[in-house]
Amino acid sequence: MENLIEIDNLSFSRSGRLIYDDISLRIQKGKTTAIMGPSGIGKTTMLRLMGGQLTPDSGDIRFKGESIPQMRRKRLFEVRRQMSMLFQSGAMFTDMTVYDNIAFPLREHTSLSEDLIKTVVQLKLQAVGLRGAAHLMPAELSGGMARRAALARAIALDPELIMYDEPFAGQDPISMGVLVKLIKALNDALKLTSVVVTHDVTEVLTIADYIYILAEKKVIGSGTPEEIKNSDSPLVQQFLQGLADGPVPFHYPAGDIKQALLGSNS
Amino acid sequence: MNWLAGIGAVTIGKLSSFGRATLMLFGAIIAKPQFIKNVPLTIKQIYAVGVQSLLIIVVSGLFIGMVMALQGYTILVGYGAEGSLGPMVALSLLRELGPVVTALLFAGRAGSALTAEIGLMKATEQLSSLEMMAVDPLRRIIAPRFWAGMISMPMLALIFSAVGILGGHVVGVDWLGVDSGSYWSIMQSTVDWDKDVVNGIIKSAVFAFVIVWIATYKGYDSIPTSEGISKATTETVVYSSLAVLGLDFVLTALMFGIE
Repeated sequence: MENLIEIDNLSFSRSGRLIYDDISLRIQKGKTTAIMGPSGIGKTTMLRLMGGQLTPDSGDIRFKGESIPQMRRKRLFEVRRQMSMLFQSGAMFTDMTVYDNIAFPLREHTSLSEDLIKTVVQLKLQAVGLRGAAHLMPAELSGGMARRAALARAIALDPELIMYDEPFAGQDPISMGVLVKLIKALNDALKLTSVVVTHDVTEVLTIADYIYILAEKKVIGSGTPEEIKNSDSPLVQQFLQGLADGPVPFHYPAGDIKQALLGSNS
Repeated sequence: MNWLAGIGAVTIGKLSSFGRATLMLFGAIIAKPQFIKNVPLTIKQIYAVGVQSLLIIVVSGLFIGMVMALQGYTILVGYGAEGSLGPMVALSLLRELGPVVTALLFAGRAGSALTAEIGLMKATEQLSSLEMMAVDPLRRIIAPRFWAGMISMPMLALIFSAVGILGGHVVGVDWLGVDSGSYWSIMQSTVDWDKDVVNGIIKSAVFAFVIVWIATYKGYDSIPTSEGISKATTETVVYSSLAVLGLDFVLTALMFGIE
């Protein structure tokens, strides 16, 4: 199977804190790959590294065999036209209507007439079920609707790769179900390659073809959903079952409580 | 030796911040112009930073002109020189108060708004999403705001001075009885186009450059939290105001101080 993205021996640190230590990943073309892990381990950072918004300390990230950290800015912008990202907040432009938000990448990167742009925008909005909301401003949308509108914008240019940053975070069960269905349907219909960063275990197991679990700066488990479910790694099982204590401790590292409460009298 | 290391760290921090600000400015304005895309964006920003600042500029200009006339009259009348009220008001406004007060008001009204807007765009990932859509935020967001500020502020300073001169007329001529003919004719013969009007415009263009640079950089470089944006907005107003006052002295010395 051909890989769209290959990450080799990647290390990355920020503000003196090591986020990734020598990790390697493969994103297969045409498949949905989930990157999971506890909050705060830098899952979004991984997407930003793939998009070239951050530069690794060492290692390489290749998109179709071309090194992203080595690219010049102009080439990076050309490559970004083949990828798209759904941000956690939706990141809709607040001074434009939903229609103009979705038309934005088309107006920026194509020379389509306004009539054609209108047709494309309506098709994209129809795909996410928001054709009737084209005239609304982003502030008038619910959280789920904003994310669907952002998804329509993300697919406006028919990218090869789409990166989802916590697409299910803060969604009610209905919105979550709609998003799961949309991601799966779009992936199948448009033959997209998807990278989903999330910690919503149940949802991701239904849509992912391959899963990486990150923790403690490393990949602690990887495989198909079935292989992950059957993993004998205590860390993976703690994450999947949502156990409060385990290899990832409940307590943030601290000194002895007896010592802290009683001081030198103990 | 900790204090020495502290001074070094602060100096390196400031220099690196200045370097980032310069790179941002070059990225925004030293690029192939895209007139068809940028002109409508710049016009929209001229409305936001220029037209929407008009009210505060007009009201301030009017009152400052009126106060100048009142204060000037009480001094000049003692020497029987109240006929020179017109040039006194006009020269003060065109050379100093017009550019400087407009710049201070512009920093508070439009500069703070620019910083907060760009900072919030960063916090809500709109700048990141532009980058991921292969649209350069420096050219799409920063450049139109920069040019809008550069175009708007000299115009606002001229409007401020014009309204101030009219305010001076209301108080000096209509209220205190200075002769209208001498108010205008002595002003006309005293005010020099190059030395007074053009120098005032140059001053306000320099102030506009500094204010918009600080405001856009502070927004672009802000920490994307409510506290970070609040701090950046405050810094914009404080740094811009201090820069304007400091630069005003330098420019005044260059333009009028050395004969």
